Amino acid sequence: MRLFPLRIVPDETKFDFIRFRRISFPISAMLSILAIVLYFTHGLNFGIDFKGGTLIEVRAKSGAADLAQMRSTIAGLRLGDFQLQQFGGPAEVLIRIAEQPGGEKEQQVAVEKVRQALGDTVEYRRVEVVGPRVSGELLYKGILGMFAAIAAILCYLWFRFEWQFALGAMIANVHDIVLTLGFMSITQVDFDLTSIAALLTILGYSLNDTVVIYDRIREMLRRYKKMPMPELLNVSINATLSRSIITHVTVAMSLLALLLFGGQAIHSFTATMMFGVVLVGTYTSVFIASPILIYLGVGANRAQARDDVADEQPEPEPAKPAAKSPARPAARARR
Amino acid sequence: MLYFARWKAIAILLTALIVCAFAIPNFVSSATVKKWPAWAQRYVVLGLDLQGGSHILLEVDTADVRQQRLVSLRDEVRKTLRDAKILYSTVPAIRGNAVEVRIREGQNFPAALDKLRALSQPLTNNIIGVTGQQSLDVTDAGGGLIRLAPSEAAMTERIRQTVDQAIPIIERRVNELGLVEPTVQREGIDRILVQVPGLGDPQRLLEIIGKTAKLEFRLVNQNASPLNVPPDSEVLCEVENQQKGDVKPPACTGGTPVVVYKQVLVEGADLTDARTGFDQNNQPVVDFTFDATGARKFGEVTQENVGRPFAIILDRQVISAPNIREPILGGRGQISGHFTVETAGNLAILLRAGALPANLTPIEQRVVGPGLGQDSITKGEYASIVGAALVIVFMLVTYKLFGVFANIAVAVNVGMIFGVLSLLNATLTLPGIAGIVLTVGIAVDSNVLIYERIREEVRHGRNAIAAIDAGFTRALATILDSNITTFIAAAVLFFIGTGPVKGFAVTLGVGIATTLFTAFTLTRLIVAYWVRWRRPTYVPI
Repeated sequence: MRLFPLRIVPDETKFDFIRFRRISFPISAMLSILAIVLYFTHGLNFGIDFKGGTLIEVRAKSGAADLAQMRSTIAGLRLGDFQLQQFGGPAEVLIRIAEQPGGEKEQQVAVEKVRQALGDTVEYRRVEVVGPRVSGELLYKGILGMFAAIAAILCYLWFRFEWQFALGAMIANVHDIVLTLGFMSITQVDFDLTSIAALLTILGYSLNDTVVIYDRIREMLRRYKKMPMPELLNVSINATLSRSIITHVTVAMSLLALLLFGGQAIHSFTATMMFGVVLVGTYTSVFIASPILIYLGVGANRAQARDDVADEQPEPEPAKPAAKSPARPAARARR
Repeated sequence: MLYFARWKAIAILLTALIVCAFAIPNFVSSATVKKWPAWAQRYVVLGLDLQGGSHILLEVDTADVRQQRLVSLRDEVRKTLRDAKILYSTVPAIRGNAVEVRIREGQNFPAALDKLRALSQPLTNNIIGVTGQQSLDVTDAGGGLIRLAPSEAAMTERIRQTVDQAIPIIERRVNELGLVEPTVQREGIDRILVQVPGLGDPQRLLEIIGKTAKLEFRLVNQNASPLNVPPDSEVLCEVENQQKGDVKPPACTGGTPVVVYKQVLVEGADLTDARTGFDQNNQPVVDFTFDATGARKFGEVTQENVGRPFAIILDRQVISAPNIREPILGGRGQISGHFTVETAGNLAILLRAGALPANLTPIEQRVVGPGLGQDSITKGEYASIVGAALVIVFMLVTYKLFGVFANIAVAVNVGMIFGVLSLLNATLTLPGIAGIVLTVGIAVDSNVLIYERIREEVRHGRNAIAAIDAGFTRALATILDSNITTFIAAAVLFFIGTGPVKGFAVTLGVGIATTLFTAFTLTRLIVAYWVRWRRPTYVPI
């Protein structure tokens, strides 16, 4: 009779996420170390925002751009390191020129030289010049912002939960950032201002997810005073699992649309977000942020209480579910 | 949780409606909107990355400001001692960051020190009044030597003033170019941010705003050669074809070196007007008019020096050095270099708008052509529509009727985001569009949280109405907590971010606020009315 809507996740799941920590923690540790090694060996592909220099996006006015020709033209200008890259369609080329020695003015001179060399054969779609002073400040501001955001969020969590939760969330946070930096290092996507935005959003999202589970854990801690900690955590994660998955499917769909159709300009931004939000963020809140609470001693003082009374109620549902609230709307609705 | 007083329900719907209504001007032609009252004329402004335009960050050359200050300080010292009839053994001179003067032995040294100390003034501050700091550090360096150094606080203040003076000049220059809605604003102490939407020729903008445009008329020293320059003269380069390029005298690369006297006869500040014109050979020239003082000075100089060449110098480069054929008494003159129509136009603009009080260096420049901007808008719109469609279908499949509720809530949410952004006259950037797409994700999440909680309560054996009620109560607490964390991230981004990143932070922050509003009021209201109407015995989710 009832047409049940789609259930992506079965109603009752009983995965033992907590025991899985014996696998997930070492995996995460290994991946994190790998990411750090990658960071130091491959490094990040710093964009001009942080490295200084010039970026020029051009589009050939007729037909496909002749990369080889452009390369030799620009090489003739002797502007030091430069890169050419097909960007989007065959006619579009991204030219990156390293920061010129000799201060702020020289950067402008370099642009002018390229403009004169390439002349009217191309349309200038974008020209960005970041001088040495600004690039240093942007990097500083970016890192500062990152730490400020983490600190502010932690203060909030500390205020709303217990300190163990804040600490657990912070470990999860660092884990997210390290892995995402590793991803950026492997893929060598441009690391620029929008990457900082992406990292901060990943942070926000991952925390959002973690907080949803923490919220449930806190609720369970209040309600079931005698349930052993691992079981309590498992129940909490399982209870929120369906939500976690549905939400991440929708976020993934939004991001996928941006990734496929949003164009080159936000490509690295969305790719990073996809990795960070969908892959890492979800995994972290379920497999890292929640199990780690055991080690941080959440509910440690409950351990003794457990021996006094045996766990009699495996499904201790309150007899009268919040009796007062449903009565009112029913009564009002009658009028 | 499910009961709403009628006035509350009306207030909620009205709020949503009014906020959404503020988005309307974005979808109506601007001609129509112009006829509306001023308070309704609010738009979402497209960022420079979407409509194309230039973003240029200029920095005051602090060394230049410092040097100017030291030069004027040196003159003050000289004048003070002369007025007090105190003799010095070495002339006041600039050494490093200070002016030094050695008082001759046998002179009244304490009096000299007092006089020079009097040059220093207490610094004031708009907020706290007298700050207790002095504008100069005057020290007795022993052996009759007095050192006067401008204090750091005074220099900072002077740099701040320089920026204040430069901003209106840059505004005038940009306006002279006939550009729409340029913004020129201070950034920090020593920087100026110029943002000009939709400009066809960003290079010209840079030439116009970056030039100091210090115009000087000086006599040419015909008795000296560039290799043998007397102390009252210096070598400057003549610029050919007005092609700029940083020429360092005396090694002129683009033109011939000219030896000119250091004394400035008349300067750009004495001009009242400058226009592009054509000379008898139909070459572009700049016609200028002096004010009364300028006209008098220029008349005297030309009268005394008929037959000799004088140099017209812009930013230490000689534009031309014509011979004075006859005294110019009418206060009008003509500058003819090797101009093109455009370079003559540029010079006229610069002369009209006036010289900048110090050199400005562009330290960051971002220019987006209109083609790329349009592409980005198209792609952003397309991606948003696809993303929204996917989410809508997914919610319908997952939650059926409640999915419809969720989609209504999300649609209102997006409407409200545009409404709030319009109210704030916020700037929409490409990352901003990404922010809106992500907000849709967050808005959906709030509904998912509520519905999943209701499902759970149903599983725990509650009846439909009790489950819905409890689901809302519990989920809303979670929604608040989880959204505040994301909001904190958005707030931090807003404060540290610049340009596009700031745009992202704004849409994300606004999106979270509207999400909270719809989750706490609208979604609840819809469900409450549905419950009242259908009196459900089971929850169809």
